[in-house]
Amino acid sequence: MAVYRSVRNLDWALILVAVALAGLGILQIYSATIDTAWRGAWWKQGVYLCAGFFLMWLMTRIDYHTLLGQVPALYMISLGLLVLTPLVGGYVWGSKRWIPLGFGFKFQPSEFVKLVIVLLVARYVSELRSDRLDVRDLVKLGLLVGIPGGLVAAQPDLGTSLTYLPVLLAGLFFGGMRWQHAALILVAGALLMPVGWFMLKDYQKARLETFLDPMKDPMGKGYQVIQSKIAVGAGGIWGRGVTRGSQTQLRFLPVAHTDFLISAFAEEHGFVGILVVFGLYFLLLMQIVQNAQAAPDRAGMLICMGICSLLLFHLLVNAGMAAGRMPVTGIPLPLMSYGGSSMLSVFMMLGLVNNVRLRRFAA
Amino acid sequence: MRYLRAEKDPDSIPERPLFGDETRFAAGRIAVFQYVIVAVFIYLLLGYWDLQVLNQEFYSEKAEQNQIKSLPILAPRGKILDRDGRVIVDNHESYRLILSRDSLRPAHLRPIALGLNMEPAELEAKVRRYQNQPTWFAIPLKEELSPDELAFVEAFRGQNGFPELELIRSQYRVYPKGGLAAHLLGYVGEISDAELNSPEWAHHNPGDLIGKAGVERYYNDLLSGVDGQRQVRVDNRMNTREVLGVKDAIPGRNLRLTIDLDLQVVAELAMEGKRGAVVALDPRTGEVLALVSRPAFDPNRFASRISAREFNELIQDPYRPLFNRALQAQLAPGSTFKPILALAALESGAIDDSFTVHCTGGATWYGRYFKCHRRGGHGTVNLKTAIAQSCDVFFYAVGNRVGIDTIAEYAEMVGLGARTGIDLPGEKEGVVPSSKWKIRTQREKWYAGETISVAIGQGALTVTPIQLAYAIGGIANGGVFMRPHLVRQEKTEPPARIAGFRPENVRKVVDGMCAVVNGWGTAAASRIPDIEMCGKTGTAQLASNDLLRLKNHEDWHDNAWFVGFAPGTNPEIVVAVLWENGAHGDMAAPIARDVIKAYFDKKARMKKLAQPPASLASAWLVPPALDREKR
Repeated sequence: MAVYRSVRNLDWALILVAVALAGLGILQIYSATIDTAWRGAWWKQGVYLCAGFFLMWLMTRIDYHTLLGQVPALYMISLGLLVLTPLVGGYVWGSKRWIPLGFGFKFQPSEFVKLVIVLLVARYVSELRSDRLDVRDLVKLGLLVGIPGGLVAAQPDLGTSLTYLPVLLAGLFFGGMRWQHAALILVAGALLMPVGWFMLKDYQKARLETFLDPMKDPMGKGYQVIQSKIAVGAGGIWGRGVTRGSQTQLRFLPVAHTDFLISAFAEEHGFVGILVVFGLYFLLLMQIVQNAQAAPDRAGMLICMGICSLLLFHLLVNAGMAAGRMPVTGIPLPLMSYGGSSMLSVFMMLGLVNNVRLRRFAA
Repeated sequence: MRYLRAEKDPDSIPERPLFGDETRFAAGRIAVFQYVIVAVFIYLLLGYWDLQVLNQEFYSEKAEQNQIKSLPILAPRGKILDRDGRVIVDNHESYRLILSRDSLRPAHLRPIALGLNMEPAELEAKVRRYQNQPTWFAIPLKEELSPDELAFVEAFRGQNGFPELELIRSQYRVYPKGGLAAHLLGYVGEISDAELNSPEWAHHNPGDLIGKAGVERYYNDLLSGVDGQRQVRVDNRMNTREVLGVKDAIPGRNLRLTIDLDLQVVAELAMEGKRGAVVALDPRTGEVLALVSRPAFDPNRFASRISAREFNELIQDPYRPLFNRALQAQLAPGSTFKPILALAALESGAIDDSFTVHCTGGATWYGRYFKCHRRGGHGTVNLKTAIAQSCDVFFYAVGNRVGIDTIAEYAEMVGLGARTGIDLPGEKEGVVPSSKWKIRTQREKWYAGETISVAIGQGALTVTPIQLAYAIGGIANGGVFMRPHLVRQEKTEPPARIAGFRPENVRKVVDGMCAVVNGWGTAAASRIPDIEMCGKTGTAQLASNDLLRLKNHEDWHDNAWFVGFAPGTNPEIVVAVLWENGAHGDMAAPIARDVIKAYFDKKARMKKLAQPPASLASAWLVPPALDREKR
């Protein structure tokens, strides 16, 4: 048994791809911040990478079944942290998302709640022991995910709360949701859309309006999208070279080291660079899917597919936003965007995937 | 079962059988999901393909436009000098605030307007006016910032403030104080919408400062130079990162006028507190030595974008300070017309040397009694006495003999009824009435009685002060009329007109005018010892004397005219003076006398001194403004 859990049995292809993406990210953070107050961000990101590596290893050590067993406790802790965040956190860019830890470090609970959501969904669905989900399970699971999601949305951080949705959907999909139910939810969602519009905050409405027509207010709300598209387009096929992108270097591109890192990368490395990055992401996701297929039980499969759909959602929304194909939300690009919490949580997810992989012949 | 075995607390896990805990059932759905992944990647790649491969040029150009800005380098406007090279209009350096439109955020307009002591609505209207211009075209916001405005701009410019604010060095006009030569010099101002649409200013851009009046306007192209440009690479805060290219400004040319500041000052002083105009010309060349119109305005108020309220005040002033009386006041010349009529009579042969008239204080013509200004009459007068004493009865008779159409012919010959062609904008023509003129304008026959009024410079006849100086100067110059001009020419101008008067006839008229001052004439009080000044007074009625007795108001008092020249032969200077409501022509004569005396005094001084003396005008010239603290 121990043989199968040795370091050799980790998914090295997956890890290599992840490290390559993080490395490209660090390079791009270096280039985008070389002339700004964020100058030192690239090595900090390196530190986060190492920390993430350690956490990933840690996540492979504890059997995921043990973690599944602790889901109720983890869930309650998550809710507690999310309730605590607005009480102790300060406003950063208009919302309270962080808990200060001292020494200049801060902790974003909503990032780690993602892991808990993945485990929660996996456990709930796998425990049903059925190939069919009935409506009661749908509602129950929806509520279990909806409560922390609502708390995060109230910070307000609609973007992060939306990332819980693909995990839920993946759980329902792979847990055997009936097509009729899926269709019903879609119809209900479409009907509720006008209601949801009124519940959105003004800035969120503005973002959606801007997505539909960025030229409506080119110097205001449409600025980010327009500048990002210019950066991407100006990169061309071969890119303008590291530290040579005028949009990035002259700071026309907003937050070029975090949310719009892919635009900066696209400007400096061109379509070829984008092909490389997307290729790596594709390998990453397919590797996770492969691990899901090899999972020893439903819980493992659901963990892998939850993580896979979550990362896919991140990629779609972030990279799509940079190209003007998605509305602007503050969702980081996994592994590449600057940010400790995101980096650590992604590596912990990869740890979970490896955890499942190491136990694939156990059943 | 290892799922259960891993648990320490069996209560927390469900006690259901592990039935169905295998993953094969989901294999199909995982395959579906893989297609979803592929679809997402295709969607994203299409997006990047569209931007980076299909539209690379479009976005590269946008990126260039983002970072490359053209900032204007303003060309300094040429100075205006007097004939001795003394500076009349100078520049001083200051900062001009512009609003960069590609980084403009509408929400910033209000705080910016408030910080700059402007009306937010005014600023918004200004921004709207530039809508059709390309966005790299900046809006000039304010000139000559006050210290608190400068502090506001310094505090909020760039980083985290209002990146659209930008300061540019520029130069401003400094005009003489107290409106000295204001009408002559004119002023500069921001080009208006109407001007922008006119072909005259087609090569100008919104926000340009252009000459709006006077020399500033007439010689605008010479004075203004050509603005340069600086192409810079900027970042999103409009901080300059790199200078890509500089096209230097071509400074405007300095303009040397024919004006003599010393004479100008004397004339200005003499007109202080009066309404009217003084024009001094050199009849030999047509050079304008002094040109005054009063009341005046302060052109310095226009130098830094005059406010609408201030401008309206000037426009609505009943005495019209913006009106250049020297060129635009069209008034009856009164008796100053008599020398012209006398010349017309001699030249046309209507009278000869022996012609005399007995003046009893009035005469009846065509059934109406025309009074002479001297109630007792002048007795028997000949031409010389009639000019010297300004006998109305004599000229009634002369006018009647010459006839209106011959009078008009000669009046036009000396330059009345047409622009003199001076190099200033807005000159008026005046009116020389004739029988044809009356039919053309009023569709009525000329009545012989009207000729009698015209004979003494009343009736429909109107002239401008510059016309009068030009006409009398040309006669005194022997019938050679030189176009009046303000800018010294490289070579002597050809005369505007040579009338070909007989010298003996000119002599007779000039002799009469000499007697006005030096004999027992109407301006004997203005005699200058040792200088042979000749001239003619004029008192032009605005209202009948009966009405004046009934309702005496200063604004209805007669206009006082005087036109004089010196010396009697080969005159060097001719001066026309108009004093509105000055009551009588002999009141205007001392003003002309002062100017003529100043001219000859200076000439005498200049003989002794090699260098031109320090200008009397120095008291009017503003000392160069302190350079604002360098940034």
